[in-house]
Amino acid sequence: MAEIDRRRLLAAGGGVALAAGLAAACGSNTGRGGGGSGPGISQWYHQYGEPGTQQAVKRYAAAYTKADVSVQWRPGDYDRQTAAALLTDSGPDVFEVNGPLLDQIQGGQVVDLTAEIEPVRDDFHQAVLAPKIWQDKIWGIPQAVDMQVLYYRKSLLKKAGVQPPRTLDELVDGAKKLSDKQTKGLFLGNDGGAGVLGGTPLFAAGLSLISADGKVGFDDPAAARALGKIRQLYADKSLLLGAPTDWSDPAAFLQGLTAMQWSGLWALPQIKKALGDDFGVLPFPEDGSGGKPSVPVGAYGSAVSARSKRTAEAKAFATWLWVDRTDFQQDFALSYGFHIPARISLAKKARQLQSGPAADAVRFATEHGYAEPLLWTTPDRTAYQDALSRIIKGGANPESELKAVVRKVEADLRRVKKK
Amino acid sequence: MTAGRTEEAVTDVPAPRAAVAPGAEPRSLGARLLGPQRRNLWFWLFVGPFAIGLGLFTYVPLVWSVYLSFFDAHNTVSPAGSDFVGLGNYGAMLSDPAFLGSLGTFLLFTAFIVPATYALSLALALMVNRLRFAQAFFRSVFFLPTACSYVVAAVIWKLSIFNGVRFGLANTVLGWFGAEQTAWLSTTDPPWYWLVIVTVRLWLQAGFYMILFLAGLQRISPQLYEAAAVDGARPGWQVFRHITFPQLRATSVAVVLLLVINAFQAFDEFYNLLSDARGYPPYARPPLVYLYYTALGRDQNLGLGSAGAVILALIIAVATVVQARWFGLGRKEE
Repeated sequence: MAEIDRRRLLAAGGGVALAAGLAAACGSNTGRGGGGSGPGISQWYHQYGEPGTQQAVKRYAAAYTKADVSVQWRPGDYDRQTAAALLTDSGPDVFEVNGPLLDQIQGGQVVDLTAEIEPVRDDFHQAVLAPKIWQDKIWGIPQAVDMQVLYYRKSLLKKAGVQPPRTLDELVDGAKKLSDKQTKGLFLGNDGGAGVLGGTPLFAAGLSLISADGKVGFDDPAAARALGKIRQLYADKSLLLGAPTDWSDPAAFLQGLTAMQWSGLWALPQIKKALGDDFGVLPFPEDGSGGKPSVPVGAYGSAVSARSKRTAEAKAFATWLWVDRTDFQQDFALSYGFHIPARISLAKKARQLQSGPAADAVRFATEHGYAEPLLWTTPDRTAYQDALSRIIKGGANPESELKAVVRKVEADLRRVKKK
Repeated sequence: MTAGRTEEAVTDVPAPRAAVAPGAEPRSLGARLLGPQRRNLWFWLFVGPFAIGLGLFTYVPLVWSVYLSFFDAHNTVSPAGSDFVGLGNYGAMLSDPAFLGSLGTFLLFTAFIVPATYALSLALALMVNRLRFAQAFFRSVFFLPTACSYVVAAVIWKLSIFNGVRFGLANTVLGWFGAEQTAWLSTTDPPWYWLVIVTVRLWLQAGFYMILFLAGLQRISPQLYEAAAVDGARPGWQVFRHITFPQLRATSVAVVLLLVINAFQAFDEFYNLLSDARGYPPYARPPLVYLYYTALGRDQNLGLGSAGAVILALIIAVATVVQARWFGLGRKEE
């Protein structure tokens, strides 16, 4: 056997390494899911909790033949990631966004998609389309509608002699009766509802966050009265606080820690599987003579980055996926998680939404759905949430707290309208 | 013989270039830049990459941030095209009750954490220092939590020990004594969340400061204790008060200074204990969390956030200098 000298061995090893490197460079996994041979575009999604969603969106991208679409599935704080990436040239071409926000539109970070959506504009759920319109132009295509509802456990309510609450007063009384050492009456999140409720109690009192004519919509005594009742829930010790998971997860409801929970429609399949028919859903109960039931709805939108080098291709892809391919939209909304398709025609056809609590929820979204308006900016939201927290937990005076928020919102409205 | 050799050796050493007789050839620019024995070249070869990194990732952003703070920069880091607002952002920040409230939160946090960490780490150091056996073991045991990340510790505290339902560790133990379950992080009256915030940091950092105190204790001369014993000082409190504590003055000043700066920079445990997908409660929101939401949150108000960062940096700098002067840091021991 011939002896291999050290120099030859090193040369052979180097050759193998070089060949492996070249092979990796040519055929490595670049993350691109597209089957197209056209220009490469990147599409970003936030990390969905439902298994199968990631594979589904990669499949949609692969089915597109006019461009090579790479899907990026981004765990963590997605809103902040996209906000930062949009300031650079290395951001996405197409991305889903919880908005777009007014500052993103006014800052020229997203492109106008009016022409793309116009042919089917009326088929979209109008409550979720409205916050994507600024100066008569549409800046994002709604993907799937999410909503929040009040889940209640039928057997626990029956045992305590409590009727499903139709008014805010009934909710306060019922939650108190349902509370004991083991179970609390209501779960609005570990912060007592300051984060998740948002404008819901205001809408339940017949008010709004920003009125149709672009003014503060809650400068009214009815607002303070409604928020005072949320404080009452806290003061009565009817609220579950400090649960291991927050309002978006139905665990507290399923573990019997609470008789009622405010959560998302996405939790419905999990609750149905665990409790069968022992639950129902309700909108947030109305308050006062001018009140009406209230259901927050919203939709992630598909937007195109203005810094993209392939804006036209990105717009074409977004239109193909979220306007033309209704089969994919239906699949995305209902095959993995549980959402309402953003297109009314698709929502009507969906078999899963035609009976039981799911059908009730869809009806509530249609009849009582409201979305946060585009003019409701992040500083407004923060100021309002802070005030709500002080009212609920600290027992601060709702009137004076709301007056301060009104001043803050008016100042921010002046700022955004100036642009 | 030896002396002769030394003289020989000295005469063999080439004279420095500067001492070359007048009229000799001057050194080239390249040679001068390289320095004697190419020392300049080697200096920059080793220091250069770090200096460039420091400049690029610390000083340029710092200057840029100050520049940005004079503009109404929403969703942009490039002030070109944004409105110049002068000191407007500074005025807005200093009149913002939420920012001022965050400074109040910091002061309260400092009032809890600095004395608590100081006392605990000093007590641990005194105990460990007195051990005759297994000193290294206990030193490691108390130091180990330092290796744990604030994020991990905060999550354990939040989900396992101080969750607010009946199967949380703290509530289970209290339940044995008939106490009601407590929502530790959600209750503001009484503000139990401070217990969670302070204990997690105490657990994480007491070991590190214990090591500093141990080093300080081991520097104290045993002769001082012997002299005190001869003079009739009672071991224990009297010796500690009149010998150990004064001798630890320099260590104490450094520890307090580090504790205050660290308290100002508190972010991880606050954020991971109290925030959720929908936001952060207004109570217990320290300055860094507030600035994070202003500049890097969905608000993306980078001009206002930069102004806040500059204000915070100035406050930390002034507080540090005042504290250092007050305690006489760097002053020669008398």
